[in-house]
Amino acid sequence: MNARTKFLLGGVLVLGTASYLMASSIDETATYYLTPSELAGKVQANPRFVKNGVKVGARVVSGTIVRDPGGRELTFQMTDGTRTYPVHYRGIAPDTFTDGVDIVVEGRLDATGVFQATTLLAKCASRYENAPAGPGQPGTGGHPANVPKA
Amino acid sequence: MILVGELSLWVALLMAAWTTTVSFAGGLQGRADLVKSGERAMYATFAFVLLASIGLWTALFTHDFSIKFVASFTSRNLPTPYLFTAFWAGQEGSLLFWALIMTMYSAIAVFTNRNANRALMPWVTGTLGVVALFFLMTMAFSENPYERIDWIPADGRGMNPQLQNPGMAAHPPMLYLGYVGTAIPFAFAIGALVTRQLDHQWLGAVRRWALVSWFFLTIGIVLGMWWAYVELGWAGYWAWDAVENSSFLPWLTVTAFLHSIMIQEKRGMLRKWNVTLVVLSFLLTILGTFITRSGVIESVHAFARSSIGNWFLGFLVAAAVLTAYLVSTRLTDLKAKAELESMVSREAAFLYNNLVLVGICFATLWGTLFPILSEAVKGDKITVGPPFFNSVNGPLGLLLLALTGIGPLIAWRRASLVNLRRQFTWPAAAGVAVFATLVALGMRDPYALISYLLAGFVFGTIIQEFVKGVGARQSMYGEGMAAAFVRLIGRNRRRYGGYIVHFGVVILFCAFAGLMFKRDVTATVKTGETVKATDPYGHEWVFTSQGISTFEQLNRRVMAISFAVTRDGQSMGLLSSEKRQHVDSNGEPTFEPSTEVGILESPKQDVYLVFTGAVDKDTAAVHINFNPLVWWVWFGGIIMAFGGMIVMWPQARRGEREGGYVAQLPSAREQAEAGTPADALAGAGA
Repeated sequence: MNARTKFLLGGVLVLGTASYLMASSIDETATYYLTPSELAGKVQANPRFVKNGVKVGARVVSGTIVRDPGGRELTFQMTDGTRTYPVHYRGIAPDTFTDGVDIVVEGRLDATGVFQATTLLAKCASRYENAPAGPGQPGTGGHPANVPKA
Repeated sequence: MILVGELSLWVALLMAAWTTTVSFAGGLQGRADLVKSGERAMYATFAFVLLASIGLWTALFTHDFSIKFVASFTSRNLPTPYLFTAFWAGQEGSLLFWALIMTMYSAIAVFTNRNANRALMPWVTGTLGVVALFFLMTMAFSENPYERIDWIPADGRGMNPQLQNPGMAAHPPMLYLGYVGTAIPFAFAIGALVTRQLDHQWLGAVRRWALVSWFFLTIGIVLGMWWAYVELGWAGYWAWDAVENSSFLPWLTVTAFLHSIMIQEKRGMLRKWNVTLVVLSFLLTILGTFITRSGVIESVHAFARSSIGNWFLGFLVAAAVLTAYLVSTRLTDLKAKAELESMVSREAAFLYNNLVLVGICFATLWGTLFPILSEAVKGDKITVGPPFFNSVNGPLGLLLLALTGIGPLIAWRRASLVNLRRQFTWPAAAGVAVFATLVALGMRDPYALISYLLAGFVFGTIIQEFVKGVGARQSMYGEGMAAAFVRLIGRNRRRYGGYIVHFGVVILFCAFAGLMFKRDVTATVKTGETVKATDPYGHEWVFTSQGISTFEQLNRRVMAISFAVTRDGQSMGLLSSEKRQHVDSNGEPTFEPSTEVGILESPKQDVYLVFTGAVDKDTAAVHINFNPLVWWVWFGGIIMAFGGMIVMWPQARRGEREGGYVAQLPSAREQAEAGTPADALAGAGA
């Protein structure tokens, strides 16, 4: 066996191990990424779907945020315009979390239909932009008109 | 000046188009006059982009709020330094900034090659012209930084407070300097492919550019980590976010290239591979821009979504198809000039190094693009989280660390048993000693133990190299230790600079492993109450709340919590964290409140305090983290950048005279016989 073949065998071994690690960890960490409507659809099609942990991309309904004073627990409503879910989150909300921002929550639906979130990311389209919205002027750098399909 | 700037953008666009056209025409017809004209047009493109940039800076500093960009990202009460950095705070400005660096690099590359690489240069200049043209077109037709609003606001909306941080001021320019640096090697690769001049000389021209790119990417990535750590409040510096990954991907391929280039220089192997890596690095930077700007992948960093993603996607596909065609039609020109002789050789070690780097790159890319891929294949968007990246890249990273120790010391072509024993006995012993010590101290985490074992080994190899080199100089020239050390590095910058970079890498791995032991505690405390916690080293910490204070400062209202901190009964001073509400010049709140974390920094660990909220006026909710060894991440980053600087530093052209010895051996020889004590002397003209 010449050195080239040996090297290739070693390479296959390295890449094989890497592929195995990738395949196995994808199974462990893969999470569905859905909009509220898609989540509702999945649950309707298969009620046991609620057992899965999922990520949901949605928008915070303005005026629904209720914070516990310690800042470590909060509830709010999230929507994609069609379906709305109540969310309960235990943890520290990021600074960017506020009325009307796009968020990504990770967690699962409980028996009462409340989304119990374990992580909460606020992802404002205007996070680094804060365009002027003057009299009669729509905010130029504001949120997209509808929440894009994740 | 603003008007001049606006017009300059369009002139630059025309200049870039001219550069491209006449350079390619000159290359095709072999007409030197056209080639010269193209090169001059490239200088002109740079000059006009510079004017356009000065125009935008003028608008920012003069608060010209009729320009949307200025009104969107600055305000009258923004501290002056941030008026300068607002240039890259938004999409349009950062594109212009990109174009500025791109044309500056291009002008430098054209200038430094004005009497060299003549056959290649028309194609190089033309390719650079295309890239510049692309960026200028995206601005002119889609994201114009000079776009007006038809009324003039009294004040701008101000800069996001999270961007008002020195780390964030410096991170984007560093990253862009790195990103754009890959365009020059790419242009040379295209030139070499088109003209079929695929021997060393094009590599020589691009090696320094690849180093520049690597250097700035390294600094940019570490600065980004630092910014995330001190500003975002999640007590970590890396989250495998799509945007972070997209800066990491080209870094990996550029790093791979900087290693594999040595194999081509010394042995004439890996010619196809090197071209591929250069092209891949550039394509990955474009892909990274596409990912960050298009919103196709969820990221907490998200820039505004816009049609600009399509521009980048189109450019990416076109560049990929074109280079794939060029490479496939030139495979015979890229045939290797030597064969791998043994598995136990430096060539093999470097090949594995490349394999692992590209493997990490592929795994990271796969994980980043997984939501898109899964949606295309299964119709469901499925994401993978940090555990995926950690479980794949962790083992690969450790393999890479081991190769960092093996590669530079093992002999070329075929290592003998004697070579292996001489080079690796002491380093291996060092690794085992570290391992045994840590086990004796009670460390049990297998992942961390392996990391430290390998770190000890690599550190051993580096120390051994320096000791041998210094010792050889001392006995040869009778130099003092310090002088021998400095001259050793100075005479073999590429080699010993490389070791210093490796030293930085070892430090980083040690620091990463340290985070396996992080601890945290959350608490709600009234003024005068205490939080008690034990850190990973077993020290007892007591945090006594000094109460919440509120005050006004610069452009913000601040609410701060302070703790008096003791460790094992000894006072460690005060630690505070703030909630900031930024306000505009009328005192009206702008943006969401932001948190300023408090960090008690030391090499052993950071005590990291986050003020999560005030329950009432003297009760605060806090999150306290003990993050071991984070300090070493920044230190390791500095060491890497320092090593990179040594490698990049231009070698003096004339033979350096020193005690009658003249440096004259080419660098190709100086590493050729690694493993013999004499090799440390070769560069000094032994």
